[in-house]
Amino acid sequence: MSDKIKINDFVVRFANVNGTGSASANLLFCKAIFRMGVPVTPKNIFPSNIQGLPTWYEVRVSEKGYLGRRDGIDLMVAVNAQSMEADIKSVRTGGYLLYDSSKKLPDHFIRDDIHFIPIPLMEICNETYTDARLRLLFKNIIYVGAIAELMQFDFTVFESLLGDQFKGKEKLIAPNLNALKLGSDFIKANYKGTFDLKVERRDLLKDAIMTDGNSACGLGAIYGGATFAAWYPITPSTSVVEGFMDYADEFREEKETGKRKVAIIQAEDELAAIGMVIGANWNGARAFTATSGPGLSLMNEFIGLAYFAEIPLVLIDVQRTGPSTGMPTRTQQSDILEAAYASHGDTRHILLFPSTPKECFDFTATAFDLAEQLQTPVIIMTDLDLGMNDHVSPPFSWDDSKDYKRGKVLDYDALESIQKFGRYLDVDNDGIPYRTIPGTHPTKGSFFTRGTSRDEYAVYTENSEAYQRNMDRLVKKWVTAREYVPSSQLYQKQHSSEYGILFFGTSQYAAEEAMDMLKEAKISVDGLRIKSFPFDQIAINFLHDHKHIFVVEQNRDAQMKSLIMIELGISSEKLISVLNYDGLPVTATNIVHQITHSLERVEKYTNV
Amino acid sequence: MTFIKPKFRHPDLPTNKLGYTLSYYEGALSTLCAGCGHDSISAAIIQSAFEMNIEPHKLAKLSGIGCSSKTPAYFLSNSHGFNSVHGRMPSVATGANMANKDLIYLGVSGDGDTASIGMGQFVHVIRRNLKMIYIVMNNGCYGLTKGQDSATADNGSISKSGIVNQFQAIDLCGLAIELGATFVAQSFSGDKKQLIPLIKAGMAHNGFAFINVISPCVTFNNNKGSTKSYDFVRDHLEATGTFDFVPEMEEITTNYESGEKHAIKLHDGSLLQFNKLDNEWDPLDRFSAMKAVHQAREKNEIITGLLYLNQKAMDLHELVNTCDRPLNTLKKEDLCPGNGVLAVINAGLR
Repeated sequence: MSDKIKINDFVVRFANVNGTGSASANLLFCKAIFRMGVPVTPKNIFPSNIQGLPTWYEVRVSEKGYLGRRDGIDLMVAVNAQSMEADIKSVRTGGYLLYDSSKKLPDHFIRDDIHFIPIPLMEICNETYTDARLRLLFKNIIYVGAIAELMQFDFTVFESLLGDQFKGKEKLIAPNLNALKLGSDFIKANYKGTFDLKVERRDLLKDAIMTDGNSACGLGAIYGGATFAAWYPITPSTSVVEGFMDYADEFREEKETGKRKVAIIQAEDELAAIGMVIGANWNGARAFTATSGPGLSLMNEFIGLAYFAEIPLVLIDVQRTGPSTGMPTRTQQSDILEAAYASHGDTRHILLFPSTPKECFDFTATAFDLAEQLQTPVIIMTDLDLGMNDHVSPPFSWDDSKDYKRGKVLDYDALESIQKFGRYLDVDNDGIPYRTIPGTHPTKGSFFTRGTSRDEYAVYTENSEAYQRNMDRLVKKWVTAREYVPSSQLYQKQHSSEYGILFFGTSQYAAEEAMDMLKEAKISVDGLRIKSFPFDQIAINFLHDHKHIFVVEQNRDAQMKSLIMIELGISSEKLISVLNYDGLPVTATNIVHQITHSLERVEKYTNV
Repeated sequence: MTFIKPKFRHPDLPTNKLGYTLSYYEGALSTLCAGCGHDSISAAIIQSAFEMNIEPHKLAKLSGIGCSSKTPAYFLSNSHGFNSVHGRMPSVATGANMANKDLIYLGVSGDGDTASIGMGQFVHVIRRNLKMIYIVMNNGCYGLTKGQDSATADNGSISKSGIVNQFQAIDLCGLAIELGATFVAQSFSGDKKQLIPLIKAGMAHNGFAFINVISPCVTFNNNKGSTKSYDFVRDHLEATGTFDFVPEMEEITTNYESGEKHAIKLHDGSLLQFNKLDNEWDPLDRFSAMKAVHQAREKNEIITGLLYLNQKAMDLHELVNTCDRPLNTLKKEDLCPGNGVLAVINAGLR
């Protein structure tokens, strides 16, 4: 029944009850593997609930460095009676089930094609701890100790991890180590069966860090010079602004006075949040908000105002499963069309698609430059998977020699030197006009900002030609934007196939793995990762250079494919959708399956 | 009616301390209906800014959508203006104010813009005590869409088409006092003598200054039976007192006609002097202010003047403890921790 030993290559799923402290225990397990230099990726699959419902935590360990989700559970840690039956069923044949044996499993739960590892967690806790809360918390640590023993962890890694985690609260270290030992000792003394999942120390991670995308966005906003944030709490974006707050506490205090170089307002709703951000940007501060799909829907009217009145704005959209309230704690890439064309009338917005926490940091900081240079909203399209799950990521870095790019803003001296200021005049023929900040000059540069049509001098007009001139200039600005946004990433120096695979955001992890799997199956595809909208020349060339392009995206309606068709006039037949919309991060096997299936059909079709 | 505003000004026109004439504070020619109450309020704003010696570029004017929200185009053309979206001016003003604490923020809204679509933002801007002056030009109807009742239309008021309003009116001043607004005044567009000192005091106030100005709509809500018509309002006005605003260090020359004299020192050192006509009401006492508002409502009167003032509350900047330098003046050196700090952050994430 046993497979060959799997070193650093398996998936563990923890089935817990939410609100019981399991997440930090599971992270401890994950972080220990990270500290052992082995690529690891956790996915927290949690309910929209605070306490009492089933929650899962999936950890993939991959020596090869694949950080996407993978199907097939090698080890299930089942400590939730509610979901036990289904959890047992989900283990792959030959896999393992570690469960709380304080209560006997019903006979019909037993499978003879998997290994059962009983451990009386509740009994051990009841014997060891008198406090009910400690019983609950340490139950989780005990199973971590048991698994670590089974996987032959180097236990010193826990000592240093807990030492870092409880710095300043050192008295908590020993009880945690003790709980780990309880689990480990129980396995040593009682489990005599086989176990073929092992973790061996490696040095594969080099200088990588492990963090979530949301706090990276918050840090990016600090580095990008944001001085104002307004927000309304919504899962999964809440931790963006909370991250910003934490870093602001650390880095935005004025030493001499104790006052703060930042203002953060929790608004009454998303409409107010974005209104505040627009007001602050209009008045020359770098300001941002973060939200998710439902909030983005509410913000539409204001986004249109910012587009038309040409006010910089940074918006971080942490996408979740829609439509409506959808599955609020599951991931998706399904706000693309809404974000790209947010608001009524002819509008188009700059989108950035980060894939890693490092890119969340970089793109957020860059977004402030882009928004001010182009005087328009910039929307960062991250998602729940990237935002709330920890990811192995390249470390953050910053070029100290680089200054903020504040765009075309006329200061006092510049206003002194010009005859007549025209807010919407295309002086440089790039579609980007000059703006002024209130309070700059006593007699020059004031103008009336409005969402109604106006002429080049910001004077209200219903003149058709003036309106159309302005709308055409905005198109020119859009073309200019192509030169400013982050470039797409090519996976090959020269194209070697008539097939391409195009992906963006968190699909990167599974797509890269899928490309390797296809290569092993002797199917060659060229790869491209899009990082921004408008599409840059690299992406345009890639789309033109291939006969068929697989477009991988995590939504039902092929929104990125639509965007490519609309914006670049590429035919629907040329773009083959690879879709995933079950609310879980896409897997490589899913992509490979869909691609090979399509290839069969494409071949058949072209042979007719 | 002329559509060209004459630019010629007599060279001997009086100037204020900054050397600007009154005309320097004017705006574009109003496109509102002739006789609109809003134009009188615009004139009062112009006069107030002139007399207050305000540098026009140190004031930002913001509005929502509607007839009232158009008016910022008709005053202070040397100030930056922002005509935002319907009912959302308070949020834009909040962000603008957070970005630069050194400007004066003047918000203009209407009864539809504030009491209906913008009610949420109105309530919350009060809650935050944002330092701004917020003027509602209240005519009880939707002028731009041709006269539908608004949420401030009184129960029983008859519209131009003869329909009796069956819904309760929202009393914006009563609501503002209830919510803890720190400066609440009510006035009438036709009473410049009262309105100007109130606007000035509102601009000097360190917090949210709300002035509800009854401003009849001559086209859609000036008919017999309407409780927002010129005739009705004039007949039912009940002033709490006469008011005068005295900037700091200026000799007090105002003569009071009668009644009890009072003076309140405002945040910036200026004085708001007033003659109290009603002995029971004390503008520094929230309960007596609420009582005065309720009594006036009972008696079908429109109580005017400064109804309530609280100078003890902290404004939003104080509440969130922002630094003295405006946030929009901070540079990369002030804001960016630099690459060295990232090494420490990275180490903490391993």
